[in-house]
Amino acid sequence: MTITRKLAAAVAAAALVLAGCSSELPAEDPPAGGDTSAPDATQSEFFDQAEYERQLGFRDAQPLGPADKPWEQMIQPEMVDTTQYKKAGGNYHLCFSNAAVNNPWRQVGFTTMQEEVKLHPEITKFTVLDAEAKDDKQISDIQSLAGQNCDAIIISPNTTATLTPAVEAACEAGAPVIVFDRGVNTDCPVTFIHPIGGFAFGANGAEFLTEEVDAGGKILALRILPGVDVLEQRWAAANEIFSESDLDIVGVEFTDGDAAKTKSIVADYIQREGQIDGVWMDAGATAVAAVEAFQDNGVEVPAFVGEDQQDFLRMWVDEGLTAVAPTYPTYQWRTPVIAALKILNGEEVPSEWVLPQPVVTQSDVDQYVAEDMPPLHYAMCGCEDMPGYPEPWK
Amino acid sequence: MRLRLAEGTAPVLVVLVALLVGLAIAGPAYDSVEGYLALLKRAAPLMILAIGQYFVIVSGGFDLSVGALVTAGVVIAARMIDGQESATAWVILLVLAFGLLVGLVNGLIATKLLVPSFIVTLGMLLVLDGAVFLWTGGAPRGALSEGFRQFGRGSVDVPVLGEVPYSVLILLVILVAAALFMRSGTGRALVATGDNDQAVSLSGGRVDRLRLLAFVLSGVLAAVAAILLGGFAGVSAQVGEGLEFRAITAVVLGGVLLGGGRGSVVAATAGALSLEALFTLLNLLGVAGALESAVQGVIIIAAVAYAALGPRTRFRTSRQPAPTQ
Repeated sequence: MTITRKLAAAVAAAALVLAGCSSELPAEDPPAGGDTSAPDATQSEFFDQAEYERQLGFRDAQPLGPADKPWEQMIQPEMVDTTQYKKAGGNYHLCFSNAAVNNPWRQVGFTTMQEEVKLHPEITKFTVLDAEAKDDKQISDIQSLAGQNCDAIIISPNTTATLTPAVEAACEAGAPVIVFDRGVNTDCPVTFIHPIGGFAFGANGAEFLTEEVDAGGKILALRILPGVDVLEQRWAAANEIFSESDLDIVGVEFTDGDAAKTKSIVADYIQREGQIDGVWMDAGATAVAAVEAFQDNGVEVPAFVGEDQQDFLRMWVDEGLTAVAPTYPTYQWRTPVIAALKILNGEEVPSEWVLPQPVVTQSDVDQYVAEDMPPLHYAMCGCEDMPGYPEPWK
Repeated sequence: MRLRLAEGTAPVLVVLVALLVGLAIAGPAYDSVEGYLALLKRAAPLMILAIGQYFVIVSGGFDLSVGALVTAGVVIAARMIDGQESATAWVILLVLAFGLLVGLVNGLIATKLLVPSFIVTLGMLLVLDGAVFLWTGGAPRGALSEGFRQFGRGSVDVPVLGEVPYSVLILLVILVAAALFMRSGTGRALVATGDNDQAVSLSGGRVDRLRLLAFVLSGVLAAVAAILLGGFAGVSAQVGEGLEFRAITAVVLGGVLLGGGRGSVVAATAGALSLEALFTLLNLLGVAGALESAVQGVIIIAAVAYAALGPRTRFRTSRQPAPTQ
């Protein structure tokens, strides 16, 4: 019996030690915590001054291509010759290794891509392998595609570093490789397609708040989770802009993308601070829950940064919010198919195909609201004029 | 009439009162009834889940499937209602029936096929997760109606108290019913099953039926929690993530013995409220949200260690004086 008791005591002691250690975490690692003094004191390790300035520059650059088809536009392209891949006669077999379709953004995007393929009768076969967000599955998916006589291979990598060797191997197989969304650390793909990027996304929201909220205003920043480079870039840019402003960042919290948690966090901050003057978010999935927290507490909804999902846009219009919606446009899923056909035609494509990254603002939000679309549909899909619209997206 | 606290209720009530006092000091909103009602509203789904989890744990099992069941409930409701107000009533019934069915399957497999409940419900968690993913493709579709969301979001005017959230009223009804049930013959037999199922069986109790009942109740209450959570925050495919462990932590914090046979349902519910109050307090104090799971882990270990240590110490102190007399 004494042994059991000693054991139990040891467990309890260990628990106490653990509690002691973990309570020191926020002090040691300010950017990850809710420590109020953290945001303006430190610069994120994900901040890259050169890339930040490049992306902010892209925002003002005039894109080439048709203005009514932003998915065909390109910003400051450096064209490369593709005659070596020219294959006349159509009857193309297009292959696609997809990282995942595990969130509404990828779902809308993938639907759009499938519809884009239908627009081109010269594509007679479209093989898709879904890696289900697993690096190892995507590596074997890409290997498998390399042996399936694809005329072009499109890859949306799950993660950057791990997938790089697999993409290099696919390049060596001979067919032109097109990478989009997330990048890889190799320039062997014929083209890498992506919107301007995370720094621009984060900056758009942060700049809006510096304009809309008076000096000294209290800003709550809501992030999904730490460590994901796309999301870290968004926050790094916002952090940079906030630290140079007179705004008071009262908290930086992680929501896990969970609506209930978001609502609780926002309610706590309303109580703790008495007033919140602006909310910055690194992604809009829980924006509606955050707005509801203000409504349910009987407080006026402050300036908000959301995204282009229908539920938020509808609320924005219906409630007359002061808001902005940076976008990571889902229309980029059309571009790889278009690029593949250009390459197989021997036409030039940019080695880095930077797509415009529009922002939904107070003045044009009305035109993006589509009442009959699902609440999690992304407005910037560039799909409204496609023949099958809207059924496949519902 | 004498109000008697069940064994093991006192420590969690002390913890709860301490936390509520802490909240009153830390947050200006907690100097009025509304602040506490808001806390109760937020805690209601977890408290209801804890009641369901209590039934299963006290009878000697585990129910790991409740988190996935909550997610499934919300996702099904959104898809079926699809924003139409008229569909609200039957979809609510459908969600409850789905919870009942899942509980029934859990219970039947655990009792008839003699698979340990830990494994059955872990399997059910994976099945539900996979099925939801397959059905939605990773993103929930459709929308909840205003009527559906009322239960988790709305409130009703009650004399004296003011605006009381529906979810708090639902919680109170369930809690009172659960407390009465545990004082009935069936309730006592349920606890006895967790303590010594052979004794119950020998004295004519139907152990399998009692355990089955516990799983069914847990499933139905998880469906209720799904309705409240969906109402509170809207559609999300992450809504139930980790809830099973929160519910188990709450029950353990309430002094209920893992493995069954001891503990009170009121204490388990108080454990859930304490947990939610603790997280709220940590957030008000500006402690990082990432600490939540660490805190949860420490609570589980410490509470079980306390339970293991507790009765024996008490046993010894009551016996020790004897030889000296």
